[in-house]
Amino acid sequence: MNIGTRKILDRSFTAVGIGSIIVMAFALMVVVVPIVSNGIGAVFFTGTVEHRKMLRNEFQRGNVEHLASGVASSERYRARVYEILGTFEAELERMEPEKKRAYTSKYSQTRTALQALLGPLPGDRAPMLTRFKYGQTRWEKAGEKLHDLLYESKWDNSNAEIMGKEYFVSRATAFEGTSLAPLFPYIKGNIEKMLLPEFTVYWGFITDSSVDSHFFGGIWPEIQGTFFLAMGAMLFAFPLGVIAAVYFTEYARPGFLNSMLRSANSTLAGVPSIVFGMFGLAFFINTLKVSESKSVLAGSLTLAIMILPTIIRAAEEAILAVPKTYREASLSLGSTKWNTIATVILPAALPGILTGGVISLGRAAGETAPIIFTAAVSVGSAIGLADVLSSPTPALSWNIYNLASEHEAAAQIRHVQYGMVLALVTIVLLLNLSAIVLRARISKKLKA
Amino acid sequence: MITSESVSTKKATRDIYLPPERKTVEGGGKSHVVAKDFSIYYGEFEAVKRVSADILSKYVTAIIGPSGCGKSTFLRAINRMNDLIPSCHTSGSLLFDGEDVYGKYTDEVLLRKKVGMVFQKPNPFPKSIFDNIAYGPRLHGMSDKKKLMEVVERSLRKAAIWDEVCDRLDKNALGLSGGQQQRLCVARTLAVEPEVLLLDEPTSALDPKATAKIEDLIQELRGSYTIMIVTHNMQQASRVSDSTMFFYEGVLVEHAATAQLFTNPKDPMTEDYITGRFS
Repeated sequence: MNIGTRKILDRSFTAVGIGSIIVMAFALMVVVVPIVSNGIGAVFFTGTVEHRKMLRNEFQRGNVEHLASGVASSERYRARVYEILGTFEAELERMEPEKKRAYTSKYSQTRTALQALLGPLPGDRAPMLTRFKYGQTRWEKAGEKLHDLLYESKWDNSNAEIMGKEYFVSRATAFEGTSLAPLFPYIKGNIEKMLLPEFTVYWGFITDSSVDSHFFGGIWPEIQGTFFLAMGAMLFAFPLGVIAAVYFTEYARPGFLNSMLRSANSTLAGVPSIVFGMFGLAFFINTLKVSESKSVLAGSLTLAIMILPTIIRAAEEAILAVPKTYREASLSLGSTKWNTIATVILPAALPGILTGGVISLGRAAGETAPIIFTAAVSVGSAIGLADVLSSPTPALSWNIYNLASEHEAAAQIRHVQYGMVLALVTIVLLLNLSAIVLRARISKKLKA
Repeated sequence: MITSESVSTKKATRDIYLPPERKTVEGGGKSHVVAKDFSIYYGEFEAVKRVSADILSKYVTAIIGPSGCGKSTFLRAINRMNDLIPSCHTSGSLLFDGEDVYGKYTDEVLLRKKVGMVFQKPNPFPKSIFDNIAYGPRLHGMSDKKKLMEVVERSLRKAAIWDEVCDRLDKNALGLSGGQQQRLCVARTLAVEPEVLLLDEPTSALDPKATAKIEDLIQELRGSYTIMIVTHNMQQASRVSDSTMFFYEGVLVEHAATAQLFTNPKDPMTEDYITGRFS
């Protein structure tokens, strides 16, 4: 190959390499940017007076005087709304039956839209669900709700060839000529004064339990559950994995059984996690009956089985990477095999073993499938350490899935979902970061 | 079963013929390690073939020979480091202090405590200098800080490295130079107070200056320990040793007093080797 071709090949490979890195970085940005920007919105956002009311009532947080003055000023503007509603209700009573029927249903829709914005109105029955006790708590959603109030959504199904088309009809026009008509421009003009948006930092998102299935409140039970599950899994898998790795590298005699065990271990590392989930249910809960039903213990055991192969592999690699000369030196000083392993080989292999452990810890924290059947519930309060043997727990990974797919009001609490994703990503990132730091520290100590 | 008594001390001492500049060692010259028809196999391959030899206590014995002649294998058989190789097995007998090294009831851990070894490449543990030296004594049950410090200092002094490291005992041993590391390894071996010191090409990874220091050290230790040194360097063998063994293709061709072997070898093969006619 002549120099020219070689140079061209070298350059084109460099170009391909840089290109692939750029593509990866771009993909990473596409994933990370929305997670971070939306997830941060769970803690930092523009909250309304309704949010402050909710915080006061449900979590006993916030400045009482500030809230009282806010409520008072808000009520001053709302009074006019209530007045208009009262007038219209009286007017409705006096209407002819046919006209009354037509307006009643429209009025009830309007009222519902208004409740979503301002909370319960005078004359309403006290709502059962916490989510209906308050109006719109987040200012960025208020615009949406305002639109719902001002315009009625209708579907145009006149053309059977194409899908129905949504179009909006102004309620102000629908109620023209009645005493309700002034309501719409009034609310449009005074919405800010009625909701009093204010920049809010809600750290409680991290430390609070949720209220009314994640409608309000935070994700502490999920964070704690994730922590318990991952730590429990490590508690079982780490010692077991290191012991197995020591056996494989130091004690096992090469042979059929040994190579079978090793390939079984490698295969286990590639088994889909849902299979481990089913196994955990069948084995730990149904057969061994470690707990009556889902529990942190069962989930931890299942996760431990799942991450065990990875830990064994990492520990094996780390132990094999310890120079043979250390072993020779130790044995030649009259050390027993066990002593050599405990005092020379394991300390020297520690960085690698720990790295494998922490990577597995991150995986255990993030896995969903193994805990669906063994440990996770969608809504629950934070459990104490004493309950881990018998109680299930909410966990970040499972609740992210649950909020995205199965929650009855998923679209309204996207910020909670993103917040959970951000929390999980941050936890895993921190774990990996600590692994890097730990590894660097120990390596430095080992390397003079 | 052969005991040490079957090899007479008188016959053994005949292997030592000391030139005038080398003194005889008081209390030395007893049979310390005795091989009789001793063979070592790697699987089917016979790496050391029916070697019979008598290593005298407190003298320095050098083992020379071309690469792959089995000299390191023989050395490593004495403290059973070959056990690390699964396919390795032996026949014949090898006695240490009159006891069979490969006996059924021999405790190889105890044996290695008495027969220390220094390897080709310096291999300090990735620990502090102090911990390196204290490793052996701690292993054998010494935990008193003061006593450990004494042992560490004594061992480092014996290995002629105390002055260089006394102010940084808590620093990682891997920060030392190659020659210092090797002397540290010697000190580490001395700390367990062995009777025999096996040196497996201890200077092959070192520069001439460090090599000279190690050779001086061997001279210092001569008379206190039975030393066996495998080396490729024939000048080194002639400088440091009292008797020399020449191995060729697993066979012990000649074992004689160093002064004699290098000036008046009996075997023509030895002569060819030491004069560099083949390698």
